[in-house]
Amino acid sequence: MSRRQRAQAGRLVQYAILAVAVVVIALVADWTTLRTQFFNSQILPSLFPELITTALKNTILYTACAFAFGLALGLVLALMRLSSIGPYRWISTTFVEFFRGVPALIVFIGFYYGLPVAFPGRVLPGGTLGVVTVALGLVGAAYMAETIRAGIQAVPKGQMEAARSLGMTHSRAMISIVVPQAFRIILPPLTNELILLTKDSSLVYVVGLGLADSELTDFGRRNLSQYVNLTPLFAAALCYLLITVPLSIVVRRMEARSEKAR
Amino acid sequence: MSAPIPDPSVPAIDVQDLHKYFGENQVLRGIDFHVDAGSVVCVIGPSGSGKSTLLRCVNRLEEPTSGKIFVEGVEVTDPDVNLDELRSRIGMVFQSFNLFPHLTVLNNLTIAQQKVKKRSKDEAVEVARRTLEKVGLAHREDAYPAHLSGGQQQRIAIARALSMSPDLMLFDEPTSALDPELVGDVLDVMRNLASEGMTMMVVTHEMGFAREVGDNLVFMDGGVIVEEGDPAEVLGNPQHERTQSFLSKVL
Ligand SMILES: Nc1ncnc2c1ncn2[C@@H]1O[C@H](COP(=O)(O)OP(=O)(O)OP(=O)(O)O)[C@@H](O)[C@H]1O
Ligand SMILES: [Mg+2]
Repeated sequence: MSRRQRAQAGRLVQYAILAVAVVVIALVADWTTLRTQFFNSQILPSLFPELITTALKNTILYTACAFAFGLALGLVLALMRLSSIGPYRWISTTFVEFFRGVPALIVFIGFYYGLPVAFPGRVLPGGTLGVVTVALGLVGAAYMAETIRAGIQAVPKGQMEAARSLGMTHSRAMISIVVPQAFRIILPPLTNELILLTKDSSLVYVVGLGLADSELTDFGRRNLSQYVNLTPLFAAALCYLLITVPLSIVVRRMEARSEKAR
Repeated sequence: MSAPIPDPSVPAIDVQDLHKYFGENQVLRGIDFHVDAGSVVCVIGPSGSGKSTLLRCVNRLEEPTSGKIFVEGVEVTDPDVNLDELRSRIGMVFQSFNLFPHLTVLNNLTIAQQKVKKRSKDEAVEVARRTLEKVGLAHREDAYPAHLSGGQQQRIAIARALSMSPDLMLFDEPTSALDPELVGDVLDVMRNLASEGMTMMVVTHEMGFAREVGDNLVFMDGGVIVEEGDPAEVLGNPQHERTQSFLSKVL
């Protein structure tokens, strides 16, 4: 066999394996049960409109608030990390290492049960939304701080020098010249962080949600036990994909574009 | 824009016994040197001789290790000096342009006017347009730097510095990163600036420019000024062996 024939035969074998696997799964699977369990057309309509108007809406709301808070805090932490003042650097480093090293679930639990113990008689404003914003935001901030710091350091040194030579103060140069360029560089990883936060917003279930506060995962689980059927969970999963897939397409576009610009 | 009226009694730049170390590496070994108001001083010398370091010490982008620097009689090396105000009066042009890539040409020229000089938006735009006119790029005010040629970018960088209405200008090899055919346009702009009486300190490898435009030529090697004087004299009849061997390589 020539080299080319051998490569062709190899590919044929790979296709054959795939075909066999598909056939076996199709024969083994119990399609009727699968459909009634995962895509039950009787249950599906009854999930609406709450699936969208409450669950999806809350997931987006929680994620957006946590992301905004995390982004602002992450920027502050990144600037602290790059500061010439030692204690600022240490605080930032400690914060980042802590919240990156601890499971997000523990942060949620800590916030929900720990805060009332630490500050008796006080509650975080904003109810569930307040807890998610802060707990998830802290975790997001730790990750985003590192991304933002890397972005700031990726801006060529000449930019800061040019700004300073025009008489701008260090902070003015940071705000007007360096940080805007840093954000352009890190837009793809920041969007990835948004995807992660979207999924992690499901952790809010540990604080115990009222019906109106229910987000996608909680909504799926509730209805799962009510109908004893997986369709609600499957519907919730599809809603997540509705958010995350377009975002990751956007990321890939941005990466392709910056690849071309190089 | 009329150039500032030079006051001949106070040197624009006065450097006294300047030393600079990078760690263990002594880069400047006692520089004494001055630039008169309204004059053009060109600095030449082999790579690594400390030309950029000297230039960057003048607006304290580099921190001198010892020695004093005065700009228009104000001590730059005084720890209490208002450095930002001082820098806003010293234009600087870099070898690599360093335009702000996220801003249009016009905004590159207005941002520091507004944020540092506190000029109104209208005034800043007006000044910017006038300086763009001067460098021959008025038609590109809406472009982003990435869409301009190197020569155009460097002329914009000069315009950006000029729009702050500086009293003097520092140039660090402004044409070294350019394709040969683009060098002329940038040198023309600098020549015009000199003829308007702008005080200029220019690190350059363009011996023709130094000879024609420079009032004074400084040759540096190994962190010291080896020779200085009238450009035609230094270039045509160098006194020191090191100057001779450097010029024989570049001319
Ligand atoms: N930031 C820095 N840190 C450490 N060493 C430096 C730094 N900047 C410059 N140097 C060193 O100082 C010496 C002089 O550098 P400088 O850039 O002033 O030379 P130059 O005369 O401008 O050379 P060129 O013609 O290549 O631009 C070099 O040996 C260089 O390696
Ligand atoms: Mg240099």
